Amino acid sequence: MAWKRKDLLTIQELDPAEITLVIDTAASLREIGGREIKKVPTLRGKTIVNLFYEPSTRTRTSFEIAGKWLSADVINFAASTSSIGKGETLLDTARNIEAMSPDVVVVRHSSAGAAEMLARHLRCGVVNAGDGAHEHPTQALLDLLTIRERKGHLDGLQVAIVGDIAHSRVARSNIHGMRKLGMTVTVAGPPTLIPPHVQEFGVKVSHRLEDAIRDVDVIMMLRLQQERMTAGLIPSLREYSRYWGLTLDRLRASARADVLIMHPGPVNRGVELSPEVADGPYSVILEQTGNGVAVRMAVLFLLAGTRVAQEAA
Amino acid sequence: MKLLVRNGRVIDPATGTDAVQDVLVQDGTIAVTGARLERGAVEGTEVLDAAGLVVCPGLIDIHVHLREPGYEYKETIRTGTRAAAAGGFTAVCAMANTDPVNDNRAVTDYVLAKARAEASVRVYPIGAVTRGLAGKELAELAELAEAGCVAFSDDGRAVMNAELYRRAMEYTLPFGCPVISHAEDTTLSHGASMNEGTVSTELGLKGAPAAAEDTMVARDILLAELTGAHVHIAHLSTAGAVRLVREAKARGVRVTAEAAPHHLVLTDEAVRGYDPNTKMNPPLRSRRDVEALVEGLADGTVDCVATDHAPHALAEKEGEYDRAANGIVGLETAVSLLLDRLVRPGLLDLPTLVARMSTGPARLLNLPGGTLAPGAPADITLLDPGREVTVDPSRFESRSRNTPFGGWRLRGAPAATIVGGKLVWRAAAEGEASR
Amino acid sequence: MIKAQVLDEAALERALTRISHEILERNGGAAALVFVGLRTRGVTLAQRLAERIAAIDGTKVPVGTLDITLYRDDLGLKTDQPVVRGTDIPFPIKGKTVILVDDVLFTGRSIRAALDALIDLGRPKMIQLAVLIDRGHRELPIRPDYVGKNLPTSRRESVAVRLKEHDGEDRVVIEAPEEG
Repeated sequence: MAWKRKDLLTIQELDPAEITLVIDTAASLREIGGREIKKVPTLRGKTIVNLFYEPSTRTRTSFEIAGKWLSADVINFAASTSSIGKGETLLDTARNIEAMSPDVVVVRHSSAGAAEMLARHLRCGVVNAGDGAHEHPTQALLDLLTIRERKGHLDGLQVAIVGDIAHSRVARSNIHGMRKLGMTVTVAGPPTLIPPHVQEFGVKVSHRLEDAIRDVDVIMMLRLQQERMTAGLIPSLREYSRYWGLTLDRLRASARADVLIMHPGPVNRGVELSPEVADGPYSVILEQTGNGVAVRMAVLFLLAGTRVAQEAA
Repeated sequence: MKLLVRNGRVIDPATGTDAVQDVLVQDGTIAVTGARLERGAVEGTEVLDAAGLVVCPGLIDIHVHLREPGYEYKETIRTGTRAAAAGGFTAVCAMANTDPVNDNRAVTDYVLAKARAEASVRVYPIGAVTRGLAGKELAELAELAEAGCVAFSDDGRAVMNAELYRRAMEYTLPFGCPVISHAEDTTLSHGASMNEGTVSTELGLKGAPAAAEDTMVARDILLAELTGAHVHIAHLSTAGAVRLVREAKARGVRVTAEAAPHHLVLTDEAVRGYDPNTKMNPPLRSRRDVEALVEGLADGTVDCVATDHAPHALAEKEGEYDRAANGIVGLETAVSLLLDRLVRPGLLDLPTLVARMSTGPARLLNLPGGTLAPGAPADITLLDPGREVTVDPSRFESRSRNTPFGGWRLRGAPAATIVGGKLVWRAAAEGEASR
Repeated sequence: MIKAQVLDEAALERALTRISHEILERNGGAAALVFVGLRTRGVTLAQRLAERIAAIDGTKVPVGTLDITLYRDDLGLKTDQPVVRGTDIPFPIKGKTVILVDDVLFTGRSIRAALDALIDLGRPKMIQLAVLIDRGHRELPIRPDYVGKNLPTSRRESVAVRLKEHDGEDRVVIEAPEEG
């Protein structure tokens, strides 16, 4: 089983063996973070460009650390600095960057399809770090790795994803990944935050938090963004957190004792998660972050470290 | 000056003709049609051999964006009408969302003057309903009608204010030209870049529900009923809207509708891959909607085909999907698409297609043409139903190339376009360039 | 296709036993020794050596696993994609004598990668190299300290070390090159 794609754009297009390959590779690379000298020479001489149009400290830093631990040269382009702010189009920026011969471009953008568009136009590999509400493949991969580490397996597990599913690329990527690996997914939230026709993707839908979190092995809470109120999708944060916020009481009343609480971060403490749950014993949020670096190392290694993917380019 | 179009299959929906005949043109007008007219030919008659071809009244596209004045980098009256001629159209109606907007006679006069000097086919301007298309105040509609506008439309935008729209319909009633309605509730479609459905959820793009169109179609029908005005619904795209129009017609409301080739041929599944050339407003819809639309075109609920030809520069149609401009060019692909994808599989018969593209539009807007009866202007389209073409945007006459049909292999194409008795375009023989 | 058998089960056993004694002799005992085997069969051989030393000397020498994929110099050249299986050395190597163990020594590039990996993990006092088979054709100045058998081969042949834990039997064979 080898990685044969030039890019990592979506989970939807991967088959289960490819997903497993990335997670297995990530698990093997994780120990690098535990060494005293956190470096291996694998991507020495390779250039990785982080092209982040949306503000994101944690994902960008995660990719940066991953690249540096593999000895790559990592360059960061952030939206607020550079010509991006001057109105240069995404395509122009990417072409200019390509002229500097990077090996991989990691892109995060607010428009769905942006990564796919870049991948079509750039010769080098493209990693989608989040395109609008479409997909965030490395997030789903690190989530799957985290669950597998804790539960020992993935097949047959039940997961509830709670919150603003409609606008969530994390939800979409996880739904695809989990379904492919034999997990059952329920999405839960007020109807205005559930996307139309979501059942077509093989998930169950719930509009009550208590029902959704009962009997599941994993509860993944999503961030609720301020903008959803102004768009008239929910009346107030207060009402949302009253009916959809996960508190310790709710957890104890309905969920299993061995349930895992996950969140892609950053957490709005007091809105979707109470502080006791976010920082409590059920939470694996910090493990997700650690696994994030391992998964991103795996992705960079598979895309840039061997000839196979380069030939696909 | 005489022109004899010989031996073609003449299809004239206005006279009910569908037979192999000759058509004799004299001084820009149809003189006579009939079998074997050679006997009437005299010295100096130009002969056009139409054997194996279809000869019909010149096709009329009542929904075209010629972009001049103001957006000449996308298209001009010269290039847009050349594209029309190359698509088999002998007349186009030019929408008002130019810069400046055609909301006053000066702009109408400009467009007509430019057309007289540079256009390859007939150009009929459509005036704006509201000043600047802002949807707030009526444009000087009487003057626009006098200057030569054949209809009124804020197309590009919806008129959200029902009271204002009602007044526009009432005010224009005596002029005998319809209001052409871009039916869209922008509060429902706000921020959307495609149809709302399974595909939009999959792609993570905000979608506009069919209801955004249907609610306004219903509103416009009721306003037409209230005022007695003729309202023509532009670019119909949903099954719901087809049903509303069908029921309204049965009730006797003066509503008509058009559909664009892309809505008759593509579904929202075409958006996968995020090609901005699949982005238009109204968006590509579901399979169910397409089927209902084709049915509506066949049974006459949809009165005509109109391309909504919307040229855009390359930079406006590459890049992020949600930032891309709406619309595609359509003049040079309409005939081939509909011959290959509707007529060939038997979803629509050829005479009906001809009616929807010539007689129908002419009647709807009271335009000259739409028939080959003696005395009619000699606007004639020749079609070659058997010719195989591959859509090649790089060879378009249009200044713009924004089409999702590049590379499509289609059977059926225009063969020649005659306006006022003059041959303005002819298809190349295999291997040559077109004139 | 097997061309020849180089070591049978008994010979393999004897070679390992001899190497174990040599290691003890050279290092004056087993204190401050650690084994690091190269995946996959190097690890198994290291475990067998550790067992023998425990039997002879009574000392339990720890065994670690080294995956050299990340240190290979041919990642950009190979058309098949090596799988990363992970390094697991759960004990400090600083100040220790590390016995690197591999099944076959050939060009020396794997060992070069292993040396780089080890040094990234800490600073050993000394690194010694034990291999079951040395088949020659070195491309780098690497030499083993302990050898089970020296085996002249042609470049096109391949040497297969089969071990019970992986292949169901204990022997070493030469395989003829695949017919084109």
